[in-house]
Amino acid sequence: MSTPHIVFFVLAALAVIGAINLILQKHPIHSALSLIVVMVALAGLYLLMGAEFVAAVQIIVYGGAIMVLFVFVIMLLNAGVEEHTSLSKLAGPPGLLLVAALAAFVAATIAKSGASVQAAAQTGALSSTKGISEMFFKDFVYPFELTSFLILVAILGAVVLAQREKN
Amino acid sequence: MRALLATNAELVITIVKIALLLFIVLTVNAYLTWFERKVVAHIQSRWGPHRVGPHGLLQPLADGLKFFFKEDPTPAGVDKFVYYLAPLLALALALTSIAIIPFGPDAIRLFNHDIYLGIAPLNLNIGVLALFAITALGVYGVALAGWSSNSKYPLLGGLRSSAQMISYELALTMSVVGVLLMAGSFNLRDIINAQAHHPEWGIFGWNLWPQILGFFCFFTAAVAETNRVPFDLPEAESELVAGFHTEYASFKFAMFFIAEYTSMITVSCLCTIMFFGGWLSPFPASWTFTHYLPSVILIPFGLWVIMDGLRYETVFGRIVLPGVGTALTALGLALIVLPKFNNFIQPPFWFLSKVLVFLFIYVWMRGTLPRFRYDQLMAFGWKLLLPISIVNVVLTSFVILAKMQWGHP
Repeated sequence: MSTPHIVFFVLAALAVIGAINLILQKHPIHSALSLIVVMVALAGLYLLMGAEFVAAVQIIVYGGAIMVLFVFVIMLLNAGVEEHTSLSKLAGPPGLLLVAALAAFVAATIAKSGASVQAAAQTGALSSTKGISEMFFKDFVYPFELTSFLILVAILGAVVLAQREKN
Repeated sequence: MRALLATNAELVITIVKIALLLFIVLTVNAYLTWFERKVVAHIQSRWGPHRVGPHGLLQPLADGLKFFFKEDPTPAGVDKFVYYLAPLLALALALTSIAIIPFGPDAIRLFNHDIYLGIAPLNLNIGVLALFAITALGVYGVALAGWSSNSKYPLLGGLRSSAQMISYELALTMSVVGVLLMAGSFNLRDIINAQAHHPEWGIFGWNLWPQILGFFCFFTAAVAETNRVPFDLPEAESELVAGFHTEYASFKFAMFFIAEYTSMITVSCLCTIMFFGGWLSPFPASWTFTHYLPSVILIPFGLWVIMDGLRYETVFGRIVLPGVGTALTALGLALIVLPKFNNFIQPPFWFLSKVLVFLFIYVWMRGTLPRFRYDQLMAFGWKLLLPISIVNVVLTSFVILAKMQWGHP
């Protein structure tokens, strides 16, 4: 087993354990911390694939901005330990069945497209900063601008809601 | 053993570099506290620390020992895991960010290996982004410390600091976009080399002049990010006791302290790299006589240290200080005699000098400026710094576009 393999399995295990821990933890802050571990582990996986820019942005945007906001809100509301209600009916055997189905579907998809996954993992030129920006601002400029417009509308909506509460 | 060393040479070199840099950074940290107390004292017409050793030079050692031996109580009702995690996180992230900084352009040839100054590899093409990623995570140390202490002042301090860091991170990131556009790279080495296009311009070739707006925004936002005066609201002692680290004692407190000073050093390095030409000399390249400047500074300073040390009757004054002085003088003389060594030392010399100037400005500001009020702080970040940095990005883009259109060099 070569070094990249070892690093991959360590990061993958970290991501999976973090995700499971996120559900098992009772306190919202501990759950948020687990989610940060997942984000950072994912960034490490991106780095392993040679996507430096995506890895850094993953940490800056998800690990930094979004999760800091999560932690901030949890602290501001001073949310305590979660109260556990009775389990949902889906959490029993039907849930397990669904999980098995989903896992099988994902595994089948990966198995079917083995070659293209391999190729996607080695898109060195495309995952560089220049490749990404050329993709965004040349090939997909209209979808990109439309997405920014959508986000702007959401921000305006938040401002309107906040103003209404004041009045 | 020899074969193992040969096959893993890169790994061994990196580990040695990490250990060396860690030692240097922690020592500099300790003496930065001495420097800060001394400079602030002189600004306020006091002497500052002067009892422990000549000029109080042994004060950082005494403080360090005190941190080790103080009782380390864990307050009741804290969230144990997060309470212990927070200082570790703060320190680890602060120290990691130093690893990305390059300190000089040339390699030392040792044991048949080119050893560059700085830990990160030469082609770290996401240098700036990686630094921002680490800074972005740095908020957690403060926020989690405030929350896990289960006490109202730390919680308020933690909330304040996370709000402040989120607000100023935007301006911090936007303000360097101009520099990145001019360099066309995220690589810190490329950013410095982009400022060396006109070797005869010296200081006027640096990014400072075209990016003066960006520098203003960057430095202000960076001071706010490191929670220093005049933006030290998270630890405003008259309002919040000591803010987020109120419930921390002994070495856990020291870890926050070291983290703060390390981020000061990182920010100073970053300012130097982005706007002040990194390791480039401020003089035109043809002024080769300026290469003797390190010697001109080192020799008189070394002689003064010898003279000064002999005035004391203690072991440290009589033996250590003259020893250090002799070493400095010898280094200065060696630089004159060995031109090759002198040429090698030039870039790191300028880099460290600039960093020292920025550290002095940090301390100077602490001795001069009063603290912002909280609403002023928020208004300053959102209504002044962010718009200015966005205007700077637009202006820089237009100028670069115009140059591309009309073919100016």
